[in-house]
Amino acid sequence: MIEIRNVSKWYGQFQVLTDCSTSIRKGEVVVVCGPSGSGKSTLIKCVNALEPFQQGEITVDGISVGARGTNLPKLRAHVGMVFQHFELFPHLSIADNLTIGQTKVLGRSRDEATERGLKLLDRVGLKSQAAKFPGQLSGGQQQRVAIARALAMDPICMLFDEPTSALDPEMINEVLDVMVELATEGMTMMVVTHEMGFARKVAHRVIFMDQGRIVEDAGKEAFFGTPRSERAQLFLSKILSH
Amino acid sequence: MSFFTSFDPSVIAPSLPFLWSGLLFTLKLTLFAMSGGIVLGTLLALARLSSIGPLSLAATWYVNLMRSIPLLMVILWFFLVIPLITGKPLGAENSALITFTLFEAAYYSEIMRAGIQSVPRGQAWAGQALGMNYRQIMAHIVLPQAFRNMLPVLLTQTIILFQDTSLVYAIGAKDLLKAAEIAGKNYNRPVEMYLFVALIYFVICFALSRLVKRLQARIAIIR
Repeated sequence: MIEIRNVSKWYGQFQVLTDCSTSIRKGEVVVVCGPSGSGKSTLIKCVNALEPFQQGEITVDGISVGARGTNLPKLRAHVGMVFQHFELFPHLSIADNLTIGQTKVLGRSRDEATERGLKLLDRVGLKSQAAKFPGQLSGGQQQRVAIARALAMDPICMLFDEPTSALDPEMINEVLDVMVELATEGMTMMVVTHEMGFARKVAHRVIFMDQGRIVEDAGKEAFFGTPRSERAQLFLSKILSH
Repeated sequence: MSFFTSFDPSVIAPSLPFLWSGLLFTLKLTLFAMSGGIVLGTLLALARLSSIGPLSLAATWYVNLMRSIPLLMVILWFFLVIPLITGKPLGAENSALITFTLFEAAYYSEIMRAGIQSVPRGQAWAGQALGMNYRQIMAHIVLPQAFRNMLPVLLTQTIILFQDTSLVYAIGAKDLLKAAEIAGKNYNRPVEMYLFVALIYFVICFALSRLVKRLQARIAIIR
């Protein structure tokens, strides 16, 4: 589904990604973790070309993301993305947040889009909030709406960029619950997160990044059992120690 | 005969219809230049922020040029030069409408540029991630927020514009000030007339600036 081959990226002189390669199969859930500044958010943004990269190749469903002729809007319409800071549209109601992509991009009718949107809103447990504005919702609720907004586009895979990092601790679980449900239904997911409980529960593989490199790319059991790299061992001991 | 003993406000009442027609043109000019200026200014702002080099450069030059010349000179030049190029006179009032739109666009464009830059980058990302193209992101996500954030500043600029419209008296367009001048000459009572229209300018500007204050408070709450 997602193929990342030898991707490198520079900000001016500074190299943020160095020769990153991995692949995510259909239905697979892959967690990407690593210390801050390790390039994990940058890598996930490269997958739907929100960030350009200078070397290597990324394909999503067989389509090359970096190629010149690629219709990026069309590709992105089928790759769901959830951001650290939710990025709901503050000037639109929750219902409109859920329908705008469907009507403007997919060309669905207003009724059809509203029906689909409300169904997904119900699924994330927020049906009663449809008429409200994002500013009236808690962070956890906003992030659940953001997930529903991405799902409304009927994505072939979902990208999560630190979806719980900006949330108060008591709100993290309500978002993770939605993600776990999604994972168990077989959605292809690439998730940048430090939530190792989530990784243990639903991830098939864990990728560990450090200083722009993929240091470890292993099955969940292997990763949590005996990570090969010293850096990953240290990272795990730090975040799992309490 | 002192100023106060000779003061005669009774000349104002019979001049009201005439002053009203002047005020109507002043309002028409303000609204026309505001709406045209905001539309053109928004396009200029998008051009300035564009990654297409020549487009950005041209918009930057236009804005800087307009902002470096006194408005009165632009009004006079446009009024004098355009008929020379086209071969037929444009008329003072049409000339004023076009000049003010072009001039104000430069100022509105700087406001809209700041407004666009006030919208967090993640908002455009979210639009992109939904598969929207540049036009859709601007039209549905960035510009509505930019406009909302900048509404008080846009209105403040419009108050300045409203006052500046009085400069069209220089080319003989009949606005509120020009009407007062004519009426003042008719009755030989310029002081009363100028004082009265000053009051009209004040009342309108003051009311608008109160509105700006209220809008600012409301937008602060939304944020």
